[in-house]
Amino acid sequence: MSSNNNTTVSPGGLPSRRNTELLMLVFAVVIPVFAYANVGLAKDGTLPAGMLGYGLGLGLLAGVTHLAVRRWAPYADPLMLPLATLLNGLGLVLIWRLDQEPTITTDALGGPMAPNQLMWSTVGVALFIGVLLLLKDHRLLQRYTYISMVVALVLLALPIFVGKEINGARIWVQIPGVGSLQPGEFAKIVIAIFFAGYLMVKRDALALASRRFMGLYLPRGRDLGPILVIWAISLLILIFETDLGTSLLFFGIFVVMLYVATERTSWIVFGLLLSASGAVFVASTNAHVGERVDNWLNPLDRAANDGVTETAQAMFSFGSGGLFGSGLGQGYSRLISGIAPKSDYILATVGEELGLAGLMAIIMLYALLIERGMRTALAARDPFGKLLAIGLAGVFAIQVFVVAGGVTALIPLTGMTMPFLAQGGSSVIANWALIALLLRISDTARRPAPAPAPSLDSEMTQVVRP
Amino acid sequence: MNKPMRRVAVFCGLLMLALLVRVNYIQFVQADELQSHEDNRRVAIERYSNPRGDIIVDGEPITGSEETDDADFRYKRTWEDGEIWAPVTGYASQAFGTNQLEYVNDSILTGDDDRLFFNNTIDMITGKDQRGGDVITTLNGDAQRAAFEGLGDRKGAVVALDPRSGAILTMVSTPSYDPSSFAGYGAEDGEAWTALESDEDKPMLNRALRETYPPGSTFKVVTAAAALESGLIDDIDQDTEYEDPYILPDTDNVPLDNQVPGVCADANVREAMRYSCNSVFAGLSNDVGNEDMIEMAERFGFNEEHFVPVRSNASIYPEDNRPQNAMAGIGQASNRATPLQMAMVASAVANNGTLMSPYMVDQLVAPNLNVIEQHDPEELGEPVSGDNARELQEAMEEVVEANNIDRGSIDGDIRIGGKTGTAQRGENNSEPPYAWFISYAMTDEGSPVAVAVVVEDEEVDRNEISGSGLAAPIAMDVMAAVLADDQE
Repeated sequence: MSSNNNTTVSPGGLPSRRNTELLMLVFAVVIPVFAYANVGLAKDGTLPAGMLGYGLGLGLLAGVTHLAVRRWAPYADPLMLPLATLLNGLGLVLIWRLDQEPTITTDALGGPMAPNQLMWSTVGVALFIGVLLLLKDHRLLQRYTYISMVVALVLLALPIFVGKEINGARIWVQIPGVGSLQPGEFAKIVIAIFFAGYLMVKRDALALASRRFMGLYLPRGRDLGPILVIWAISLLILIFETDLGTSLLFFGIFVVMLYVATERTSWIVFGLLLSASGAVFVASTNAHVGERVDNWLNPLDRAANDGVTETAQAMFSFGSGGLFGSGLGQGYSRLISGIAPKSDYILATVGEELGLAGLMAIIMLYALLIERGMRTALAARDPFGKLLAIGLAGVFAIQVFVVAGGVTALIPLTGMTMPFLAQGGSSVIANWALIALLLRISDTARRPAPAPAPSLDSEMTQVVRP
Repeated sequence: MNKPMRRVAVFCGLLMLALLVRVNYIQFVQADELQSHEDNRRVAIERYSNPRGDIIVDGEPITGSEETDDADFRYKRTWEDGEIWAPVTGYASQAFGTNQLEYVNDSILTGDDDRLFFNNTIDMITGKDQRGGDVITTLNGDAQRAAFEGLGDRKGAVVALDPRSGAILTMVSTPSYDPSSFAGYGAEDGEAWTALESDEDKPMLNRALRETYPPGSTFKVVTAAAALESGLIDDIDQDTEYEDPYILPDTDNVPLDNQVPGVCADANVREAMRYSCNSVFAGLSNDVGNEDMIEMAERFGFNEEHFVPVRSNASIYPEDNRPQNAMAGIGQASNRATPLQMAMVASAVANNGTLMSPYMVDQLVAPNLNVIEQHDPEELGEPVSGDNARELQEAMEEVVEANNIDRGSIDGDIRIGGKTGTAQRGENNSEPPYAWFISYAMTDEGSPVAVAVVVEDEEVDRNEISGSGLAAPIAMDVMAAVLADDQE
């Protein structure tokens, strides 16, 4: 893969591409509005009443974010914002569409979710703008490396002490008056900042001070320490919070960043060995995780009480969607029951109502967003920015894979949400912040190098033209 | 750092590729399997999303569809007089599936049948919901009601056929059940189902098709047919040479008694039929032999299942030793018959020897009333020759006339042939017997109806000669109802 002009510093400056972004944003707003109309027409035969408000709201959010980017990150990547807006907009439509199903929108289940999701999206966008406005240079974050570590550990450990258990996983913290918070979603950003700062300092020590053994570079004991600590922590998360997803996310991202920082393949081998042994250990000792593994191996089997499992219901949703889907509003993903169709299993609704075609399009949107993140990492000029960008893009990629793979029974299901698409305030806020950070790094990377200062020496030797 | 980064990027690309492959697998390769999986509720939701087609008797639907306020299943099956018609229609329940006609013609009733494809396509283009087609039956509502009321609280079954075509006119089984009581899937439906399932009287058993009874003396018609067809006797007036009581062959002088003393020794078939002489028919069966008895029984339809189009259990005439074969000749050994089978015996005799294949679905019609399937009567065979059939008719008519069996409201100029039967059961006749009556009515234009009635009851009159008290009146009422409709 050859690096193209994005990765080189061109003194002439790159085009800012802000107008491209604006055009894409128009699509990113119009497509969900059409989807919204589609649901209304399919369910009631009329255009839904809230369509204008929804369209204006989404348009306003998109417009404000665009102006913020134009003002504070003019050279940022032009695709990431429209992709995030489109996914967020489609997510809102899907949640609103599922709100139309009375059986999964009872008061006991929290009633309609779309209005809240719109509010949380607004908060997310506000945080997005705040990051762009306040964080003029991502390298400032490097100063908070160890503070980040403490914050991340606190966030991760919080649910163990004050959390409540929902659906067998202890990953929520109840905040009176606000609702429940999933600290893991924020921790994933903070920990990427910590890793980037820590590895930037330690990378040489980790990479070079190692012994060669059987073709692999074995790290020194004291360098191995931090990895074992992270491994232990992710295992603890798994055991105490029974949250397979979050622990996989943290361990995965640490291995990826370590590998990028040190350029040593041996770290990946270590990482895989450690995570595999940890996973097997937990799966065989923890009933909740073990049950998830069983569901994954036999997704269509009945549950212990002879009921149809959520996994099976999700599989039926996907299968029933077929190639082109039933059309928005005309599927039966509500059969998954509970709040799961709006959160963990939102992709099942995509698969059933938009079909294989729609689901592949959604996956491609995520893939594109991840690719833009990776590209930002390649383009970044400073090691901290590179590590942070690869960390954020990597954490996003792993999350998408773990969630989508989980609901499609490619891998065991874990309790995480599809970024932007799924219902959940913490998730949408955290992911907007993640996109803001990537845009900040991208803006720095693509910003034209400052014009070289006029050199007196060179002036002296100029040829005097006639 | 760029080299490992590119590798990470490729790895992430592979993760996304894995997702794409996976969704292609489940939404394309596995889609059919998942769509039609038994646990996939969409199958049932789709099934009940439109009103189900109806089952028609005498031009009127005996079923219906009711719109419910259920979130999943929009329409529920209903029945007019479900207890009367349950043996014909079967049930169609959201929780417990379908059986009998509802099952056999399910695809027409739901509208999913391939032959309705054109209709469905037109409906789709014109924006109408898919509709189910109707099943037009051959049943006669008046006769069905007469049979149901006649059986009353007793256990039993009635089958009436049109001997000329094989069309089933009556099919009643009691005790019956109301399929409406568990058509949905709620708690009440479940309770109703469980109660019916655990009921000792087996209300959901279709006795007309699925229960085989010892045929008792009604089987003597088959034995007589075998004797005539095999040439053992030339006509029903030829005297036989069987003692009274008859000593069963290959036994240690085991005598077989007769109900009426002093009339059966060496009696001809006409007399033997009238007095239901066990000695004569056991002797005839013995002399015809097991092999030929089996052949005759099979020509009447024994030893095979019949599909009308609902499956009927096979009636049985087995290979057996000589004493058992002799006893089988009077219907008291291991030979067993469904009510449908005995109605077929009566109808073959009434139709001058030609047995028509029984059926109860005349037409399947599309929602727009186009006929998509028309049943043409088929011959199942000719168990007895026309001459022998007329001999048997004479003998059966003698039974009704000479024994003064009450003809009910049937006109005197209509000939009625019949044969009573009392099938004993239990060791030494300890349990109450089954009362049988098979009969036909004959007009100048042939026979429009043949009936078999069986009543399982405690109060059966053990003297079978007079027409069993219970079974014959029901048969007469059914025939009267058919004849009344026939004359209109």
